Amino acid sequence: MELKEKLISSFLAFEEACDVDSDIHNLRCDAIKEFEKIGFPSKKEEAWKYTSLNSVLSHDYSVFPKKENAIEYKDIKKYLIHDIDTYNLIFIDGIFSSHLSQTTHEKIDVCLMSAAMVKPKYRAIVDQYFNKIVSKENGFTPLNTAFAKEGAFIHIPKNLVVNKPVQIVNFATGNEAALMIQPRNLIVVGENAQIQIIERHQSLTDNPVLTNSVTEVFVGKSAMVDYYKIQNDRSSASLIDNTFIEQKDNSNCSMHTFSFGGKLTRNNLNFYQRGEHIDSTLKGITIIEDKQHVDHNTLVHHISPNCESHQDYKGIFADKSTGVFNGKVLVEKEAQKINAFQANNNILLDDQATINSKPQLEIFADDVKCSHGCTIGQLDADSLFYLRSRGIPLKEAKALLMYAFASNVLESVKIPEIKKRITHQIALKLEVSLGFDL
Amino acid sequence: MLKIKNLHASIDGKEILKGINLEINPGEVHAIMGPNGSGKSTLSSVIAGKEEFEMTSGEIIFQNEDLTELDPEERAHRGIFLSFQYPVEIPGVSVTNFMKASINAHRKSQGLEDMPANEMLKLIREKSELLEIDRKFLSRSLNQGFSGGEKKRNEIFQMAMLNPKLAILDETDSGLDIDALKVVANGVNKLRSSDNAVLLITHYQRLLDYIVPDVVHVMVDGRIVKSGPKELAYELEEKGYDWLKPEQV
Repeated sequence: MELKEKLISSFLAFEEACDVDSDIHNLRCDAIKEFEKIGFPSKKEEAWKYTSLNSVLSHDYSVFPKKENAIEYKDIKKYLIHDIDTYNLIFIDGIFSSHLSQTTHEKIDVCLMSAAMVKPKYRAIVDQYFNKIVSKENGFTPLNTAFAKEGAFIHIPKNLVVNKPVQIVNFATGNEAALMIQPRNLIVVGENAQIQIIERHQSLTDNPVLTNSVTEVFVGKSAMVDYYKIQNDRSSASLIDNTFIEQKDNSNCSMHTFSFGGKLTRNNLNFYQRGEHIDSTLKGITIIEDKQHVDHNTLVHHISPNCESHQDYKGIFADKSTGVFNGKVLVEKEAQKINAFQANNNILLDDQATINSKPQLEIFADDVKCSHGCTIGQLDADSLFYLRSRGIPLKEAKALLMYAFASNVLESVKIPEIKKRITHQIALKLEVSLGFDL
Repeated sequence: MLKIKNLHASIDGKEILKGINLEINPGEVHAIMGPNGSGKSTLSSVIAGKEEFEMTSGEIIFQNEDLTELDPEERAHRGIFLSFQYPVEIPGVSVTNFMKASINAHRKSQGLEDMPANEMLKLIREKSELLEIDRKFLSRSLNQGFSGGEKKRNEIFQMAMLNPKLAILDETDSGLDIDALKVVANGVNKLRSSDNAVLLITHYQRLLDYIVPDVVHVMVDGRIVKSGPKELAYELEEKGYDWLKPEQV
């Protein structure tokens, strides 16, 4: 049976096990119909022209994982930022692990989506925000909504500065021959509140895993959200990440996406600026090899005047790896005096590596500053000679130049432990020791 | 120390060096002067091992070893240093970290462990004082946003750190004001000893007032057309290069 049919026929069984009286029930039913209608995207669609899902969708995924898979902390420690204090939401094969997680209900709520959906206490928030800003451009988001049950629920009331980052980590154990998981996260940050979030998807097995994740983030007036996605999965795991961020006046939200692994990764990252003096930052470093594929599909929707957006994506592609950058900036007629910046720079290390870079600017306002630039190149021969003439061997010299190339994306990383790990990860990726810590 | 015999080199099929002969002994300072496009910078790049240039004939012997088959980093490990006319910018890598990478790469090639951190700091402090380099400068990204003079000073700082056997200074004087030139020249002079050598590539005699050469060579159209004592530099300053055009030699 094709995956689409399997999912649709599984829906009834899934719904029966859930609460059928809530509004969510109706949303789920609508969503599965939507998915049935549009299905999975194909390469015929412009937005998926360079990303083929055939090899990813061909597995016979289990869509309901068995319950409770025991994992010890020591097995996953290295995938967590463990040297600082954090709240942790850990999911194993799509199921929340209470003994590995650290949640809270003190002043702020860092807890489970499944709990938030059924408890009256959260009803108002869920009614107000759940599934409100998702796009139906492709079938993945409705599919996730249809099966929306587990994920992170984070609610920060106004004026609260959360001093510990929240980590949301999804592990796949390989108990299933092939596993599909669909985390659903809802993050609501009140006026003038601040939070840092780290999200990661990690398979612990070579069995195929497909993650279809949907995250909605609401950033209230003058709030700050600093979000990091760490994508360094095994080459058996694929990720479709759908993230929707709505910002209100004077808010600041930054998203850093570090893509170093996985078989196929598609990041659908959407920013909606609803208010003035909003600042949105979208940055990414992609370093991949073999036949890995990373696709960044971004949208910055400038709806209001006097806002800014900064996009800076760097990619380094080795072997037969492929990358896509499809960055759309949409400026509405009302969005005067905005400043939208977009850059996508790429280095191809091998003849068979590919990057398809496509900036799309749609501007309906007449008094705006929009700039975009895209480069595709190789490592600079003069720079390599300079480093080698200082005794630095070719491999290390190349690594140093690649690090230099990616470094300005790291400058805006505000959590030092993340910066340290990413630089370490870059050094690992490049398989070098440089005589100093990157 | 360095023996270049009948060196021919070309780039993209175009011959730039047309038979260079040059011998430099330990303790000596040689200067190569010549008009633009005569091949001076090419010669320095070829000695340092830049791969874009093809050595079509001749040989470069350094300390009794043929350099022809050696990579740029291997030549560096043997003690050849090239101060670049246009040093490249490396964002995100500080001057200090770059020097650590460079020094430890040299040590690794000799089978030594990384230099201990305190020793490294001491060396950096000592050499940055020699070149009158501000401490803050060392934590800046290498050459990024540096003025022309800062870049050149930084090149000589790197030379001081690496203490090469043969230092080739390619147009190190260009872009320097007179005070910076004195600092750089002073740095070079302090590093001179009886067992290292310096090859200066320059347009102007000005630098040679501060780093006094033992031999001055004149290069025109890919050949050394005249060699002589330091007074030759003054003669060139006065008369230009026209009287030395190869067909007239």
